[in-house]
Amino acid sequence: MLEVRDLSKSYGGKPAVDGISFSVGTGEILGFLGPNGAGKSTTMNMITGYLASTSGEVYIEGINILEQPLLAKKRIGYLPEKPPLYMDMTVEEYLRFVYALKKVELPRKTHIEEVCAMTGLEQMRRRMIRNLSRGYCQRVGIAQALLGYPPLLILDEPTSGLDPKQIVEIRSLIAQLGKKHTVILSTHILPEVRSVCSRIIVIHLGRLAAYGAPDELLRTMGGVRLHLDVAAPEENVGNALAALPGVLSVERRGETEPGVWGFSLEQAEGMDIRRTVSRCMAERGWPIMELSRANASLEDLFLTLTDAKDREE
Amino acid sequence: MRAIYRREMGNYFTTPVGYIFLAVFFFFSGFYFAGRCLLENTSDLSEVFSSMFTICVFLIPLLTMRLMSEERRNRTDQLLLTAPVSLPGLVMGKYLAALTIFSMGTGAMLLFGVLLTFLGVADWAMLAGHMAGLLLLGAALTAMGMLISALTESQVVAAVGSIAAGLLLIMANAAASMLHDGVFRRILRGLSFSSHYIRFTQGIFNLPDAVFFLSTAAVCIFLTIRVFERRRWR
Repeated sequence: MLEVRDLSKSYGGKPAVDGISFSVGTGEILGFLGPNGAGKSTTMNMITGYLASTSGEVYIEGINILEQPLLAKKRIGYLPEKPPLYMDMTVEEYLRFVYALKKVELPRKTHIEEVCAMTGLEQMRRRMIRNLSRGYCQRVGIAQALLGYPPLLILDEPTSGLDPKQIVEIRSLIAQLGKKHTVILSTHILPEVRSVCSRIIVIHLGRLAAYGAPDELLRTMGGVRLHLDVAAPEENVGNALAALPGVLSVERRGETEPGVWGFSLEQAEGMDIRRTVSRCMAERGWPIMELSRANASLEDLFLTLTDAKDREE
Repeated sequence: MRAIYRREMGNYFTTPVGYIFLAVFFFFSGFYFAGRCLLENTSDLSEVFSSMFTICVFLIPLLTMRLMSEERRNRTDQLLLTAPVSLPGLVMGKYLAALTIFSMGTGAMLLFGVLLTFLGVADWAMLAGHMAGLLLLGAALTAMGMLISALTESQVVAAVGSIAAGLLLIMANAAASMLHDGVFRRILRGLSFSSHYIRFTQGIFNLPDAVFFLSTAAVCIFLTIRVFERRRWR
């Protein structure tokens, strides 16, 4: 579907994107992850043909974006970081313009109606874009990308600036789109990646820092962490935990509430240490106030990856 | 290209820009027509058309200033440049829209000929020559304004830049007449829009003059395309 080979871009000799390669299959939702300024948007701009790459190639369904731009661009729907909207048009006028611009061949009236229904814009079609809220602007941006149902959708931070309810709506829309289209989604919101993406790419300082399915990445790189709050002296609990089999390291999180200390355990691969831990605490009569497997460990992974690279630099 | 042309045309008339341009254009052309022809009792339109030169230099930037700069400022250029539209198509769509508005202004000057037939004898061939000259001048100035608009993100900079460029073209003529004969003077004369335009208003259709304006327009359009190309590769 999409193949990116050794893509690089430098601005005035400074590399912004440095030799990124990956491929995306049909029907996949790929998450692009990275801190601000990591090169996500630059990469997306190169894939869509807005920027030319310094070196490397992009193929969309086997078509090189630089050699046959018109053919390749017809297969892409792009929502840039800032939705490219004309403030002086109504939603309907704008979508008709994009429809004509993209030379869509589907029947115009029904197609625009359909896209508006998918993005929840039915009530807004006659409104001026200037008067729309941030969330609706974002929806118009997505509607615009969807026009003509291009096989590849590239969405640059589609949920930025939205309120929590809108975020949930947009996410479910993306998940739904993923059934028919190949979607590339950039974000720095980690739960988003987990909830919708089948694979993720972590970009840091213009380079590929990690690539794989979220769970697979966690298994191979992060390990599973266990968060634990115990109502007992920190020193004793810490030592006891560190002595348990299967515990690789114990991080002390300090006093979380009066008389209760928090710990974060890194467990060895393939082991579930919850039973051992709770038995150990019970034997000593230390009440466990809270025990949870760290869901945010994608964050840890992310931080580990980006920190490690920072240190390398 | 059609979609872009249609949007630009719509934009000229949903914003006041198109109306202001046409109103000012009609006002001044009518003013000169009344002053130079009706009051002076002559059917000679050459002074009307030669006066329109300065008006065009100041008025055409109104049409071209936001043509490209606004797209970049609003990032809507990302939509246009990632759509399956070729760069020349994009640039030409915008250019032709601006030129259409200008032609509406110029076209209305045909009315002067109609009025003159009531008052005496209108020289239609002469009027056609005048109008061709004005259209060619407009084509070149529009392309120049568009190029300058493509170079900046700010409408104001684009407008001021285009007016300054237009004034330089007027001054090129004045500067040339101050110099002694020589290569430099000939170059200035050659570049001067007014010396090429003035012959049209005298009723002379000089092919090299027409070629001058057309090639100026072509060069500016080409350079506008290059500006976009270059931005992608930088």
